[in-house]
Amino acid sequence: MIHLLTVDWLLLLEKLILIVIVVMASLVIAMYETYAERKIAAFMQDRIGPNRAGPLGLLQPLADGGKLFFKEEIIPNHSNKILFILGPSLAMLTAMITSAVIPWSGDINLFGRTVSLQIADVNIGILYVFAVVSLGVYGIMIGGWSSNNKFSLLAALRGASQVISYELAMGLSLIAVLMITQTLSLKEIVEQQMASHWNILYQPLAFIIFFTCALAECNRTPFDLPEAESELNMGYHQEYSSMKLGFYLFAEYVNMFISSAIVVTLFFGGYDIPFLDEAAHADWGNWLALAGLVCFMLKIGFFIFLFMWIRWTVPRFRYDQLMDLGWKKLIPLALANMVITGAVILWMNK
Amino acid sequence: MTTLTDRAKPVNRKPMTFLESIYLWNIFLGMIITIKHFFKKKATVQYPEQTRSYSPVFRGVQILNRDEEGRERCTACGLCALACPAEAITMEAAERMPGEEHLYREEKYAAKYEINMLRCIFCGFCEEACPKDAIYLSETHAPPAYNRKNFIYNKKDLLIPDPVTQPEEYAQAKGLREISKKNK
Repeated sequence: MIHLLTVDWLLLLEKLILIVIVVMASLVIAMYETYAERKIAAFMQDRIGPNRAGPLGLLQPLADGGKLFFKEEIIPNHSNKILFILGPSLAMLTAMITSAVIPWSGDINLFGRTVSLQIADVNIGILYVFAVVSLGVYGIMIGGWSSNNKFSLLAALRGASQVISYELAMGLSLIAVLMITQTLSLKEIVEQQMASHWNILYQPLAFIIFFTCALAECNRTPFDLPEAESELNMGYHQEYSSMKLGFYLFAEYVNMFISSAIVVTLFFGGYDIPFLDEAAHADWGNWLALAGLVCFMLKIGFFIFLFMWIRWTVPRFRYDQLMDLGWKKLIPLALANMVITGAVILWMNK
Repeated sequence: MTTLTDRAKPVNRKPMTFLESIYLWNIFLGMIITIKHFFKKKATVQYPEQTRSYSPVFRGVQILNRDEEGRERCTACGLCALACPAEAITMEAAERMPGEEHLYREEKYAAKYEINMLRCIFCGFCEEACPKDAIYLSETHAPPAYNRKNFIYNKKDLLIPDPVTQPEEYAQAKGLREISKKNK
C-alpha cells in the first residue's frame, strides 16, 4: 500500500507546472514559427512578408489562428467520424509528448528545492523519442484513410512509407553516436558533451544523416511528399477544415521545434554554453541554468531557420528519388559510419 | 558536329557519381544563393501608402480640357469620335446662346459627350485628332465600377475642374503629371 504522505507531492506539482510551461511554450513557438516561415520565405524571394497585423506583422499568427477557429467545421459524409477526429488529435499529441525527455537546461534552485528542467529523465530517452516519432505517422495515416478520399489516402501511404524508410537510416546513424556516448539518456548525453566536445566533432556524418532524416520525418521540403499540393491537391489533410486542419499544420511546426531540440541535444551540446566551462561557474546558480536555456533556444532557433532555409531552397524530390536516397544512399552511409565508428572505438580501447 | 550557334552548350549526360547523387554539395550551393537573396533589397512597394508612378507616356482616362478662363474648349466637331477605333465616343452638338460666352469658348459646344470606358482602348487617337486641344489622356486609370452604366463617362466625369472657380482642384488635376514625376 502506498502511503500518501510519503509521495513527494511537490515533485508532482513541479512536474505538472513544467509540463504546462513546456506545452504552452511549444505551442507559442510553433505559432511564431509560422510567422518566421512566412517572413523567411518572403525574404528569400525578395519580398517583405506579412507586415500588416501589428508591428512588423507580429500579430499575424494570432490572426491566422483566429481565422482557423472560425472556419466551418466539415466532416465528410462518408468518412469514419471517430478516426477522422482522432487523426489530427494524434498528430498533435505525438508532436507534443516528445518534449517530455528533452533536458531544457541544468537544475535550478527554487525555495530550497532542486528542480530539474527536464520533465522525465528516462534512461532510455532516445528510444522513447523514436517510439513516439514512429507513432506520429499514425496521425497522417488515420487522417488520410478516414477522409475517404483517394488523394488523401495516396498521401497517407506516401507518408507512411517515407517515415518507415527514413526511420531506419535515422536509427542507424544514431547507433554510431550512442557507441560514443554509451548511454541512452538525453541528459547524460548533454552532460558528456559539456565535459568534453560536442558530438558533431566526432560524428559529422551521423549528424548529416540524422538531420536529413529529421527533415523527412517532419515532412518538410524536400521530403514533403505527403502534402505535395501540386500532385495530391493538398495531401492527407485535404478533407480537413477549421481547427482540425490547424492541428495538422500546427503539429508540423511543433515537430520541427522538437526535432531541432533533439538534433541540438544529440550533436550540439544541448544547453551547453559554447566556450564557457559550466563546472567552474557553479556559483552562478539559477542564472547559469537560465543562460543555458537561452543558449539552447538560440541553437534550436538556428536549426529551425535551417529547416526553413532548406525548404525555400530545394524543390521536392520525386517519389522514386526519395526512396532511392533513403534506401540506397543514407542507409549504406549510416551502416558504413557505424562500422567505422565501432572499429575506431575498438582500436582506441586496445 | 557543327552547331548552329556559338552559344550551344553540350548537355552533360554522365550518370551521377555517388557523391553527386546524395545532392549535398549542390544543395549547399543552392542555399548560398537563397541566403544571398535573404539580404538583398526587397522589391516590394507598400501599395496603399506608396504608389509607383506611371510612366510619363502612360495613357490613362480622358479629360476634357478648359481654357485659362474656364471655358470648355470642345466644339463638338466629332473628329475624336471619328478617330476612335473602338467607337467609344458619342457626342451631341449644340449652339452657344447669347450670355453663355463664359461657359463655352466657341459658338458650338458639346451638349452631350460620352466615352464608354469599356470600349475605350486608351490608344490616344482622340487626343491626336483634336484640333482644339480639348481632350487629352491623363495619368490616372479609370476606377472600377459594379455595373456597366457607371463605365459610360459623361461630361460631368470627364471635364477638368474650372480653373477660375475651383483653382485647387484644377491645379491638382493639372499637376498630377508633375507630382507623379516628383515621386519617382
